[in-house]
Amino acid sequence: MTDVLKDTETRDTTARPHWRASPLLRFGAEFAESPVAVAALLVTLLLALLALFADFITPQNPYDLMQLDIMNNMLAPGETTFDGEMTFHLGTDDQGRDMLSAIIFGLRLSLGVGAMSTVIALSLGMCIGVLAAYFGGKVDAVIMRIVDLQLSFPAILIALILLAVLGKGVDKVIIALITVQWAYYARTVRGTALVERRKEYVEAATCLALSHRRIVFRHLLPNCLPPLIVVATVQVANAIALEATLSFLGVGVPITEPSLGLLIANGYDYMLSGKYWVAFFPGVALVATIVAINLVGDQLRDVLNPRLKR
Amino acid sequence: MLVYLLRRLGQSLFVVAAMAVLVFVGVYAIGNPIDIMISPDADQAEMEAAIARLGLDKPLWEQFFIFVGNALQGDLGKSFVYSTDAVSIILAKLPATMELAMLALVFAVFIGVPLGMIAGLRPHSLAGKSIMAGSILGFSLPNFWQGMMLILLFAVLLKWLPSGGRGETAELFGIPFSFLTLDGLSHMLLPAINLALFKTSLVIRLARAGTREAALQDYVKFARAKGLSSQRIVLVHIAKNIMIPVVTILGLELGSMIAFAVVTESVFAWPGMGKLLIDSINLLDRPVVVAYLMLTVFMFIIINFIVDMLYCVLDPRVRLSEAKA
Amino acid sequence: MRKSTLLCAASLAAVLVSPALASPAAAQDLTIAVSAEPSALDPHYHNLGPNNAMRRHIFESMVLQDEKQRLQPGLATSWKPLDDTTWEFKLRDGVTFHDGSPFTAKDVVYTVCRIPNVENSPSSFTVYTKAIADMQIPDPHTLIIKTDTPYPLLPVEVSTWGVLSAAANGVTGDIGFSREGCSGTGDYPKTDDFNTGKAAVGTGMYKFKEYSRGDKIVFERNDNYWGGKADWATVTFRPITSDGPRVAALLAGDVDMIDKPPLQDLERIKSEGFQVAQGLSNRVIYLHMDQEQEPTPGVTGTEKNPFKDVRVRKAVSMAINREAIKERIMGGVAVPAGELLPPGMFGSTPGAAAEEYNPDAAKKLLAEAGYPEGFGLTIGSPNDRYINDAQVAQAVAQMLTRIGIETQVDAVTASTFFKRRNQYEFSMYLAGWGSGTGEMSSPLRALVATRNKDKGYGGTNRGRYSNPELDSLIDQALATVDDDKREKILQQASGLVMADYGILPLHFEVTPWAFRKGISYAPRTDQYTLALGVKPAN
Repeated sequence: MTDVLKDTETRDTTARPHWRASPLLRFGAEFAESPVAVAALLVTLLLALLALFADFITPQNPYDLMQLDIMNNMLAPGETTFDGEMTFHLGTDDQGRDMLSAIIFGLRLSLGVGAMSTVIALSLGMCIGVLAAYFGGKVDAVIMRIVDLQLSFPAILIALILLAVLGKGVDKVIIALITVQWAYYARTVRGTALVERRKEYVEAATCLALSHRRIVFRHLLPNCLPPLIVVATVQVANAIALEATLSFLGVGVPITEPSLGLLIANGYDYMLSGKYWVAFFPGVALVATIVAINLVGDQLRDVLNPRLKR
Repeated sequence: MLVYLLRRLGQSLFVVAAMAVLVFVGVYAIGNPIDIMISPDADQAEMEAAIARLGLDKPLWEQFFIFVGNALQGDLGKSFVYSTDAVSIILAKLPATMELAMLALVFAVFIGVPLGMIAGLRPHSLAGKSIMAGSILGFSLPNFWQGMMLILLFAVLLKWLPSGGRGETAELFGIPFSFLTLDGLSHMLLPAINLALFKTSLVIRLARAGTREAALQDYVKFARAKGLSSQRIVLVHIAKNIMIPVVTILGLELGSMIAFAVVTESVFAWPGMGKLLIDSINLLDRPVVVAYLMLTVFMFIIINFIVDMLYCVLDPRVRLSEAKA
Repeated sequence: MRKSTLLCAASLAAVLVSPALASPAAAQDLTIAVSAEPSALDPHYHNLGPNNAMRRHIFESMVLQDEKQRLQPGLATSWKPLDDTTWEFKLRDGVTFHDGSPFTAKDVVYTVCRIPNVENSPSSFTVYTKAIADMQIPDPHTLIIKTDTPYPLLPVEVSTWGVLSAAANGVTGDIGFSREGCSGTGDYPKTDDFNTGKAAVGTGMYKFKEYSRGDKIVFERNDNYWGGKADWATVTFRPITSDGPRVAALLAGDVDMIDKPPLQDLERIKSEGFQVAQGLSNRVIYLHMDQEQEPTPGVTGTEKNPFKDVRVRKAVSMAINREAIKERIMGGVAVPAGELLPPGMFGSTPGAAAEEYNPDAAKKLLAEAGYPEGFGLTIGSPNDRYINDAQVAQAVAQMLTRIGIETQVDAVTASTFFKRRNQYEFSMYLAGWGSGTGEMSSPLRALVATRNKDKGYGGTNRGRYSNPELDSLIDQALATVDDDKREKILQQASGLVMADYGILPLHFEVTPWAFRKGISYAPRTDQYTLALGVKPAN
């Protein structure tokens, strides 16, 4: 381990001056300082690719009922269909769904829901936060009170009640995730924007009599991005975990299009009788996803936050 | 100071009122409890009679005003299912949840603080790096899956610990608790660990950050210069200073812990408030759901209020800036 | 290092042993873990399975239902119709309530008076008393009941409610019966009075001892019971609603018996030396189809409502492999159904077989009906109400997709499901029906009779199937007091609706119970878990 450390340190000193020219490349190099983070990034990309091309790589489309047969249900990993045509490497669930295919499709749903809700919540929270910071005064006070209020309640509780009211469905889960997430971004953006607002370039822009909109969106926002990126990465992971939890509690996605969380929930009934694979493998996929994204987020924070730099 | 207090109090009351409306309307929209509670043998006439008996035939606003009127007198309604005071049903489940949360807090502090300090003092050592990697894992493991794996390992495969339920209880001040019996404790262990893992990671991070910051502070340098043993510096000076943020944050987190108990209690069939909430949502026992949420709102507001007060007392900067505003 | 491992092992061993030490099973005591808790001990508060089962330990009825739901003498030794609208019940001599007061006809009248007066009752027993027009007491052990119209179901309905003691609730004088409100009854006991034990005074085999909601209900032996000595000195019911922990409690020896062990765990329970008793229940799992709305909300790809065509209904029935559902989803623990009531119960047709699985014929029939390409369909189903309900719905979806009906499943929690079903949101839904009265008139009247509020027909007919011929047969059966004649009519009515595919029965649930060695339990068709039926094995 110490060797590895020395190694990275020596690489640092040699690499840095060389990259200094381009900020983006420098950023990349700093990120690459941690081999764990690079590995995590690769895993994240790999999972994203799996999800994207699920249709082409899975042995079965688990949503297509024509391809399922309950005569194949609850087979252990490695068993084959009765005619030996297909091997279920990770076993099957109670409907005779190939777990491997179900996990990859579930991954797609989980990642999709996580990314989609994060992007929308990010845009929403960003606008609200920047407006609060830019206008200050009453607007700021009211918005931030609402943000504080919402952040003081656990996300799980808000989402649970919201979904109990809205009912099941992918769209509804996304709505619930946006509702519980936007406040994080609003608060982060506002904090950064307050600092940025006092800087000279904004003053300069104001002196030039540029419109509010132009100042906010062209000047203020881009400068608030780095901390947002960090928060967003971590929030994608949180959103995925929250979606899985809600599906586990039975208020998330519908049963015919299982996300990873729902696959695990289905396995809960079979766990005590020793049929571990229905809950175990989707859980491994879920944990791998969340850990990888969190590791990436962690390194991003270290790189983008100058205060923590050595 | 007084002005600040009053203003916070006013805001809190407003929040309670707003939440009451939101919660009531939201829960009202979920469904008609009679659909699920009535015997299938009942005909349409009986169905209408049952709806009238529970006051569900009245328009929403009228039901709401009846609810508010009763709530102002401290009555949050009677359970549709049990025909008993909703608050007392919830309070009967409170000890189970509280003892679980408390044990989990104890785990989180006694495991998290030492590990975090190690990671903070030796950030580049193998131990420090492993602890931080472990804490990321702790953050990332979905609570319910982690609970299932604990069951799979300790209850199904090793058969060391029970898979769920509360076990035997013994009474203290007339309230049944599990931690007083060996059987009860063995039932508590897995759910408490499950509930604690996430918070342990949080505590590790807080303690690490606090330690790193404190190690650079003048008073530590001064102590070192004075020739105090590093053991003493760590245990007395640093530990004392990091405990303040840790305890504050954990106090804040107690609320979220009770909320997160919903998941742990579902997995381990722990008969606490969280399980009650899920069951009540499924049975559409509206008064219980509304009462639960109103109690939670109250709890959070009180916790936040206390924390604000503490900040106000401890940190003069807050006082000054608030006084100006 | 080694020492600490040892210590660890020792403490773990202690933890391991402790449940065994704490286990009960002193031969006189019985502990049963149940999956559902009654909402109150008030016998008239909530007409629901767990309540109805629990009250039988304390409160008895004039007529009892045995484990096959056949009627047996209870507090009444015999009953007979005097004419079409008059019934005479002869009451048992020498029966006393738990407080020592004697049981007489006045107590029955008092009970019927109280039933409509339970505050906040979410589901009242008035459905079983509203046929009673008048009651007379010629002598303390004879009761005359008058009905408005011929009413053969009276003895069955009388068996559904438990009898309270008038004296224990403060009635001293005579009671004047009237449908609009009785006189001389005083204040009725409140639901909470039963939960505290104050009003829990019945004639049953067991007496109230303790009730702590969510934790336990304890009964003790009634030494003065008219029917002989109870097998257990105390009986404790513990609600453990989650399946896993309930099974674990049995395996750990914390309880002697559990109800509804999950089907997938039966093998494990048996292999660890416990016993399983299972028996056919009165509950049929069925598919109902919207036969009213046009177009119907859950069908895509056609403007018409395909289920109005009997050929489509028949094709759907033939496409379902009931045997596969039984084997693969229900773990072999179910019986494919060809009717709405299991064989052997009153009004069922001997030899009524389940539909043959024949996907090719189904496809052909579908084409004949004008849907060679099939259509799209969404099945509604609850996911926490019946045994493996959502899994069964998904299996049905698979099978229908194979004959060209591309099917989705909309499985939601029971509360949402019932709400949406009652708003006719589903074109096809899966649900279950348990026949509380144990005769064919129950499912026919509720599920397939044309909806009619005045007659109380079609309460659960959310497919709105309507067949005037069937309705008149049901009318006729419900007015025929002669049992043999009524059974013939009911069989005819059942045959009619099955031939018309008005509703598609899938299977009858088989209810399992699991218990330790040394006791036995006779499975009940009503799925009730009664300590009364638990016997020490010889």
